[in-house]
Amino acid sequence: MTPEIIAAVASSAIAFFVVYFMTPSLIKGFERRNLTVKDYNKKDHVMVARPGGPSIIGGIVVSELVLYGFFSSNEILALIITTSLAFIVGIIDDRKVMGGWFKPVALAFATIPIILLGAYDSNLAFPIFGDVKIPALYIAIIIVMVPITGNTINSIDVLNGVASGFMTIASFTLTICLFIIQNYEIAIASLPLGFVSLAFYKYHKFPSKIFPGDSGAVTLGGMYGALAIVGGVEVVAAVALLPAVINSFLFLSSMKRIMEHREIKAKPVTHTDDFKLKATVEKDAPVTLVRLILADGPKSEKEVGYTIFRLAVFSGILAVITAFLTGVGQ
Amino acid sequence: MNIIFIFIFAMWLLILVGGGIVVVLLGPIEISGFGESDRIIKSGIQVVISVILVIIWILALSKIKNWIFHKQLKT
Repeated sequence: MTPEIIAAVASSAIAFFVVYFMTPSLIKGFERRNLTVKDYNKKDHVMVARPGGPSIIGGIVVSELVLYGFFSSNEILALIITTSLAFIVGIIDDRKVMGGWFKPVALAFATIPIILLGAYDSNLAFPIFGDVKIPALYIAIIIVMVPITGNTINSIDVLNGVASGFMTIASFTLTICLFIIQNYEIAIASLPLGFVSLAFYKYHKFPSKIFPGDSGAVTLGGMYGALAIVGGVEVVAAVALLPAVINSFLFLSSMKRIMEHREIKAKPVTHTDDFKLKATVEKDAPVTLVRLILADGPKSEKEVGYTIFRLAVFSGILAVITAFLTGVGQ
Repeated sequence: MNIIFIFIFAMWLLILVGGGIVVVLLGPIEISGFGESDRIIKSGIQVVISVILVIIWILALSKIKNWIFHKQLKT
């Protein structure tokens, strides 16, 4: 076996099993200390442990450190530091009530290691048409990429299993795309994100035993954005994330400003008597992806989750086509 | 439901077209005659064009959203 294959297998296994074995003790610990929140989409009074961020960052850091031992590259170091900073931003938001602007601004600072370590290529690769060299403008792209992906994944974390399931699909898609454009080192570095998401999904899927919280969702989204930058697959990564991007876009275009979920007065979704999810008719409620999915009629939480996964698979296919087209343009 | 797939596909097409415009417009920009300031002026022009393109992209997306989700948004 070549060192690359050993590194890929070892880091993937470590990422998966760290989260798989760490999360149950995290759940027990949170339940003992009453660190639980109500699951509003359940008929009975169900309390769920929160946040799952510590096990997610544990899996990512340990597996990426193993990869750093193999490759010793600035890109992997930048990934570790930026993702850890994203976790810190998330855990602060989990512990304290912060304003809507806190996460985007703090996550922008989390990108500084990528810039300082020079772990990027200022050529922006587009499908079919090729590259464009934009050195100064690219710094701005780095600064906005991680806040966008971090907040986008956080905003889709509304139902049991959706954030982790969606990230599993999107990150494995990104890995495939990185292999297509022959960026093998970052493709291997992206594997832990998919395996961490997959392991966490086991406990987050319907009915959830733990919620990722801001620390979990922002860590997953932050690492995804950092991978897009260090892997030079910004456009491909954006395509794979389109269902979540639509959710943020619809939310922002209906509310006209950045705001936290707790600030929303009119709820976009309510429940039927048999506790299925139903879109509300309130004019002031934000338009969201879930509300649009429910426009056809009430659905169970599980059905809505699977619909979002189907959208993620569709976007993933478009992302793979985009990766092939990007290869054509170069 | 299928409408969301159409919207994702429309967004993807907008990204492809937008990428083409970026490469065609931003790629060939070269500034000379200002000495040390050449790079700064070039970057400034690229930033202005990019911001305009992003605004156009968002406006186009909003139009498509209103057109595609017309019935859903009414509910």
